[in-house]
Amino acid sequence: MSETQNLTLVQAVRDGLYTEMREDDEVLVLGQDVGKNGGVFRATEGLFDEFGGDRVVDTPLAESGIVGAAVGMAAMGLKPVPEIQFSGFMYPGFDQIVSHMARFRTRSRGRFNLPMTLRAPYGGGIRAPEHHSESKEAFYAHEAGLKVVIPSTPYDAKGLLAASIRDPDPVIFLEPKLIYRAFRDEVPEEPYTLPIGEASTRREGDDVAVFTYGAMTRPTLEAAEALAEEGIDCEVVDLRTVSPLDREAIVEAFEATGRAVVVHEAPKTGGLAAEITAIIQEESLLYQEAPVKRVAGFDVPYPLYALEDYYLPTAARIEEGIKEAVEF
Amino acid sequence: MSVFDRAYDDPVRVLDKDGEVVGDVPDLDDEELVGMYRHMRLARHFDERAVSLQRQGRMGTYPPLSGQEGAQIGSATALDEDDWMVPSYREHGAALVRGLPLKQTLLYWMGHEAGNATPEGVNVFPVAVPIASQVPHATGAAWASKLRGENDAFLCYFGDGATSEGDFHEGVNFAGVFDTPTVFFCNNNQWAISVPRERQTRSATLAQKAEAYGIDGVQVDGMDPLAVYSVTRAAVEKARDPETDRPRPTLIEAIQYRFGAHTTADDPTVYRDEDEVDSWKRKDPIPRLERYLRSEGVLDDERVAEIETVVEARVAEAIEAAESEARPMPEEMFEHAYAELPPELERQYEAFAAFRDAHGDEAFLEE
Ligand SMILES: Cc1ncc(C[n+]2csc(CCOP(=O)(O)OP(=O)(O)O)c2C)c(N)n1
Ligand SMILES: [Mg+2]
Repeated sequence: MSETQNLTLVQAVRDGLYTEMREDDEVLVLGQDVGKNGGVFRATEGLFDEFGGDRVVDTPLAESGIVGAAVGMAAMGLKPVPEIQFSGFMYPGFDQIVSHMARFRTRSRGRFNLPMTLRAPYGGGIRAPEHHSESKEAFYAHEAGLKVVIPSTPYDAKGLLAASIRDPDPVIFLEPKLIYRAFRDEVPEEPYTLPIGEASTRREGDDVAVFTYGAMTRPTLEAAEALAEEGIDCEVVDLRTVSPLDREAIVEAFEATGRAVVVHEAPKTGGLAAEITAIIQEESLLYQEAPVKRVAGFDVPYPLYALEDYYLPTAARIEEGIKEAVEF
Repeated sequence: MSVFDRAYDDPVRVLDKDGEVVGDVPDLDDEELVGMYRHMRLARHFDERAVSLQRQGRMGTYPPLSGQEGAQIGSATALDEDDWMVPSYREHGAALVRGLPLKQTLLYWMGHEAGNATPEGVNVFPVAVPIASQVPHATGAAWASKLRGENDAFLCYFGDGATSEGDFHEGVNFAGVFDTPTVFFCNNNQWAISVPRERQTRSATLAQKAEAYGIDGVQVDGMDPLAVYSVTRAAVEKARDPETDRPRPTLIEAIQYRFGAHTTADDPTVYRDEDEVDSWKRKDPIPRLERYLRSEGVLDDERVAEIETVVEARVAEAIEAAESEARPMPEEMFEHAYAELPPELERQYEAFAAFRDAHGDEAFLEE
């Protein structure tokens, strides 16, 4: 039996970086304040002392430089893990992400792989300043050539991060910072991976399938428990990867009940819920008992924090969405 | 000879750290000098109170400015009424000089949408959190003024770290090419969170980056408010009315130090020595100006005490006003995203309002 540690999600990310760096000399971390400072969320704490400044690199303040340099390193066979301090600051690097990170393999007809993993904390709910709370995973899921992974537990965070770092393709690894320190899991000390592209059923139920991911998994489970008392039995599926989506798991869970709700904090229009709804429509039309209900953020710029509780889906909003799908 | 004709690593200075005159004192009357001193005291006191509000849970994350008052107040004072300032997120002191109420700054960091509503007539752009993103705006806005023949100057603030971003280079390059009336004011406070200035660029100075874009670049002691005023004033005048062959835009590198944390979420003891902080604290811009003004007979104990009283009252009043501001209304989220609410957003708003009516605020504010 391997030893385990009781870790928060951010500690599990750190542990995943640590074990992968120990396993493989070609893994290195670069970004702003990741070195001596250990990252603004402490996701790289202690790594600088452990592995030195050549493998835990504080860069100048330039996201295009961070992503672009990582592209070059990865093309030469290193496994860089660039950190963008907050997902809201990925945009100066967006050109590199979209024009190169996503397409280097295609554009070189397979000569260059980019085994790189771009990590960024994302999402709302921590009373952060402007531009620190957005949830824009759909931008990256829209881009062919990228995988987009979003863990919702410490155990998954370590296993999915290791899988991302080892994956030959570039991965955008978005970390829901609302639950960075919200709870702990038993996390094995040794390295392990979990499959990218595989959803996980967090709760079984017969009445309705509820799909979600990231920080919204918790309020969704909360809503499911509350509804259980009213006799509504929810299946809750945590997607864990939003690109590629686990189509099979979505179809299977949906067909069992013919009713579905999708919950995400990202804005509704053009969000992942629309894609999941389309999959259901393509695959399972004849099973459908009710319109697929979307519980999402609004189509407005993320408000300053005094209003963020009104923006983010809460258990109460999720409950109401589920009831609508069940009672239709 | 112009103040810009000097070596990049030779900062303009007027007062030394003890307030002794070592350069050309700018032409300011006593009232203006005392005004600068008062604004610096106000900015410092505001800053201390804001940090303590955050500690008490009365405000969110806040970026302190202590140590940087000389650069902020000296530069903002050099603008004329119709000029504009384009800030980053730390220029609460400069904004104050430009007429932005302290209450407004508090509301912004307290997470109120209203904190973003700069009053009409206050020529200050919105806070820009994404580093260096405001630099091209300052170029474009100044360019607009030039195209319209309005002849206003635009003073753009950013940090040392910002000079690494593409937006900085693109904005300054455009200013050079289109000869816009922009003053690029770099608050080199030695640190970009935990990354020291030396790790940001191999250039010996930040001022010299101007050279590559064909504009003037100059260093100034950023903890010397009079030197900052002089150099910014010269840059503003040149922006409006350059001598033949002189570029309108200027890059000013103001050398200074942030005494406190990057933001209240940061712990600087992890990455810098107390000794370093102490050595910079000996250059504090406030006692420096005060000593000079006392030696000139412009300030005495009585006036200083008077100023302290006024400063404390103004900050207390602003805090009182900000804290008694009603909680923002949730519908404010939906306002201003567009000039006119598109139909889908209207539907979302109606569903939101109906849900709120049915379930009350508890349904949103649960943990
Ligand atoms: C594009 C972008 N990347 C990263 C950040 C996170 N961040 C906020 S402030 C900061 C350091 C800024 O340093 P500097 O430009 O020197 O300004 P200072 O804060 O020292 O005034 C960083 C990295 C950001 N706000 N925007
Ligand atoms: Mg700085």
